[in-house]
Amino acid sequence: MSVPRYWRNEVPRYRLMGRKCVACGARYFPAQPVCTCGGTEFEDIKLVEAGEVVTWTVIRSPPLGYEKYAPYVVALVELDDGMRLLSQVVDVDPADVKAGMRVEAVFRKVREDGPSGIIMYGYKFRPMVE
Amino acid sequence: MRRVAVAGVGLIPVKEYWDRSLQSLFAEAALKALKDAGTDKVDSVYVANMSGSFMQDQINMGALVTDSLGRPGLPAVRVEAGAASGGVAFHEAVKAVASGYSECVLVGGAEKMSDVLPEAATTALVMSEEQEYTAYTGVTQAGLSAMLHRLYLDLYAEPAQVGMMAVKGHDHSVGCKHAQYPFRMSIDRAMDSPMEADPIHMMECSGVGDGAAAMVLVPAADSGVEVVGSAVATDCCSLAIRRDPLIFESVRRAAEKAYSMAGVKPDDIDLAEVHDDFTINGILSLEALGLAGWGEATKLVAGNATDKDGKIPTNTFGGLKARGHPLGATGLYQVAEVALQLRGAAGDHQVPGAEVGLAQSMGGMASVSAVNILRRFGV
Repeated sequence: MSVPRYWRNEVPRYRLMGRKCVACGARYFPAQPVCTCGGTEFEDIKLVEAGEVVTWTVIRSPPLGYEKYAPYVVALVELDDGMRLLSQVVDVDPADVKAGMRVEAVFRKVREDGPSGIIMYGYKFRPMVE
Repeated sequence: MRRVAVAGVGLIPVKEYWDRSLQSLFAEAALKALKDAGTDKVDSVYVANMSGSFMQDQINMGALVTDSLGRPGLPAVRVEAGAASGGVAFHEAVKAVASGYSECVLVGGAEKMSDVLPEAATTALVMSEEQEYTAYTGVTQAGLSAMLHRLYLDLYAEPAQVGMMAVKGHDHSVGCKHAQYPFRMSIDRAMDSPMEADPIHMMECSGVGDGAAAMVLVPAADSGVEVVGSAVATDCCSLAIRRDPLIFESVRRAAEKAYSMAGVKPDDIDLAEVHDDFTINGILSLEALGLAGWGEATKLVAGNATDKDGKIPTNTFGGLKARGHPLGATGLYQVAEVALQLRGAAGDHQVPGAEVGLAQSMGGMASVSAVNILRRFGV
């Protein structure tokens, strides 16, 4: 992955920052240039870092770059304010993942571009210790 | 708009062509289609290809294929819409003839997946998703479909009921000369196969194959097969922002428009070729097309309604699972198969008396879909 492509996504990925349409209040993660209402003015929002698993899978045949992490869980997570996103769920046995399981965001390594390339980071979720 | 007809059809078997180039596969299917149409008066070319830029480092496919056909000079362009490339290219070719701009269009699709390792094929597939926040999670196309599969199992069906989509496809593929996997497969074999992306089993997934399919389109006269409806629609790319992820909105929208153009209802469709790259996607496509009620497609499949002699024969040559799924070419295999059915040229796969047929393809996680409806003349 090229440096600019990685760098320009650092803030949303590291801090879980999305955007809210000023005109209609619709929230987006990731940000997009135009809202479905036609609005083009947005304000930054910080995503809630806790939520629950809606549905999930276990990736057993991963794409290039993710081989050493397989098998891993990817889930559709609904945050406590209703926003949804896709994320890996880590620190859990795939067999123990359940719909409705409480999860929280963590900052983790995602993959690396070979021995001399970028080491990529971002958010993942893990089971919440209540 | 002018009425448009399919004048020629050409297919090659889906398999692994280790010794052949992407353009040679395209040329073989194209020459067959031109011979079948009995014409050499092509005035423009559309080529459907999804992953050549990744698997063969090849872009500018339009010039490449016209050159390969010994026809440098013709206008040509590659159409890419993920795994819907073939269906969308057909739609573009239909528009070229319907508008009056072109008199004779060659539309073909080719894909060569065997040039890369399986992990790279997995990467190629997930390139049709948004890269920075969806693909970045490490999810795959199988994984995205699996999340829907799990939601569907919670609400509507048992795993083996969804798995029947693959079993039926294999039943239909037996004897099909262009199918990659023309053999029967039991439901036990599907359900006992290893998990690909839970809860999707390996034998519920389409495989890796090479193939090419082509057709020749001309203004409609009064015989042959007419294109009566053709539409493309999109949906938001991420499952996370869809109101109901089990509704393929892009399929529903494209179908609605294609039905309206054709002046038909789902009940009028005599056969359908649907996009079953994973079993669940075939099921959800049948529902979004209105061929089954919401949550009821597995009952249709299990109840034999999708068999050759059923109410809505589906994937009559095996579908993506058994005929094969050479990505960009797939949508053109589907339309070509519908055309063969309506000509009465489907051999052992013939749906008796078929008059109206539908082909549906989609790309990404149903973020883009094409629906094409064909009708036999004289109906």
